[in-house]
Amino acid sequence: MMRTSFAALIIASCILMRAFVKPSPLHTLEMDTLLTSEGDSQRTQYPYVTGTSVIGIKYKDGILMAADMGGSYGSTIRYKSVERIKQVGKHSLIGASGEISDFQEILKYLDELILHDNMWDDGNSLGPKEVHSYLTRVMYNRRNKFDPLWNSLVIGGVKNGHKYLGSVSMIGVNFEDDHIATGFGNHLARPLLREEWREDLSFEEGVKLLEKCMRNLLYRDRSAVNKIQIAKITEEGLTVSQPYSLKTFWIFSAFQNPTVGAEGSW
Amino acid sequence: MTTKEHANWSPYDNNGGTCVAIAGADYCVIAADTRMSTGYSILTRDYSKISKLADKSFMASSGFQADVKALQKVLSSRHLIYQHQHNKQMSCPAMAQLLSNTLYYKRFFPYYAFNVLGGLDSEGKGCVFTYDAVGSYERVGYSAQGSGATLITPFLDNQLKSPSPLLLPAKDAVTPLSEAEAVDLVKTCFVSATERDIYTGDSVEIIILNANGVRRESEQLRKD
Repeated sequence: MMRTSFAALIIASCILMRAFVKPSPLHTLEMDTLLTSEGDSQRTQYPYVTGTSVIGIKYKDGILMAADMGGSYGSTIRYKSVERIKQVGKHSLIGASGEISDFQEILKYLDELILHDNMWDDGNSLGPKEVHSYLTRVMYNRRNKFDPLWNSLVIGGVKNGHKYLGSVSMIGVNFEDDHIATGFGNHLARPLLREEWREDLSFEEGVKLLEKCMRNLLYRDRSAVNKIQIAKITEEGLTVSQPYSLKTFWIFSAFQNPTVGAEGSW
Repeated sequence: MTTKEHANWSPYDNNGGTCVAIAGADYCVIAADTRMSTGYSILTRDYSKISKLADKSFMASSGFQADVKALQKVLSSRHLIYQHQHNKQMSCPAMAQLLSNTLYYKRFFPYYAFNVLGGLDSEGKGCVFTYDAVGSYERVGYSAQGSGATLITPFLDNQLKSPSPLLLPAKDAVTPLSEAEAVDLVKTCFVSATERDIYTGDSVEIIILNANGVRRESEQLRKD
């Protein structure tokens, strides 16, 4: 009983939120008008250029994070050199999926955050937990204004020997875990990670595990691109690998001589 | 003029989970599972839905996790201010009223949080308060909220041997069961709810409040 009246309430409050509709490559709405209604502020309706999954895992010495370098414009893979994993301060990494322009905006906010942190000059520096907390607040507040930053973020890092790996979604849902994935990664990579992740993975084992997940995504996620970067962060510091491609395997017997048994068919 | 048929994103999500609280003569049990889900995916198996609001008040909340987090933050900071102003901890009934007012404050863009507040009142008796998303609340002897609530509540009605809430004159609804029996009952509730509710499982976190202090127990649940 509470639920149905609750649903009605939400619909009512959504209708009250006036927004204007922009044409997008993802929809076939008529491009009728660009007029805003009654001086309304522009609110995000759809994402335009998007990045797909990001995967992060804790390993023996720190955090490993992987993402491909694609930026899709609807069904077109428009950009193939988008760096979706970036450093934040001394101790953290951020990986983003979703709208690339919103990610760039988030990087600007983080830049300012780190700048002010450095300007205190007190020997202290923001760690991954603090960055995660800050971003959670940012994402939640934007969601409250019905103007979300259309991203799913993965924040990982090491500070004072403590490894941290967390996630924030575009509506502010956040949590930390030993392995994180966004988007399709939640469906395709997480099960693999649940099966094969261990606390004491070495660097090589961690990379192999991430590559296994990324390969799986490459096979099954149509917005995945075969050009990936893997980033590593430990107490000592951060390294982001040069972009490279994964080997894929298509030698299935069914793919050899596909028409055998049906000779003469189309 | 193009018409909008429906919005393409919702500010709400249901991250699932079940919460239970039981009040006894001199104890209170607050429990919640630790699974966080979205849609048909599990996000994490190890997420606490219970928050300590004051020495004698614990809140368990299921629903939309970002709203739950925000609610916990608001209540924590209000409690801190109270402590600065009154030089004491808030009592459980006072916290209950604060939670209700906080929820109603966002009546027209609600916190999608389904809460049970459990603790000890100023006489040391167990008290449980149960809420809906917009703040209507009442003091009860026991309550369940969240995705498994409909599975658990009838079981608790049957097993707790609490006086019926429909009796006149109204009788205090705390259960006559002992603390150990109540904790065991809670574990049974979660094991049963896990069988049939897909959003409940992984493990259950149980907080037991009594005159001696706070105790925390954890029990593994099915992970499927």
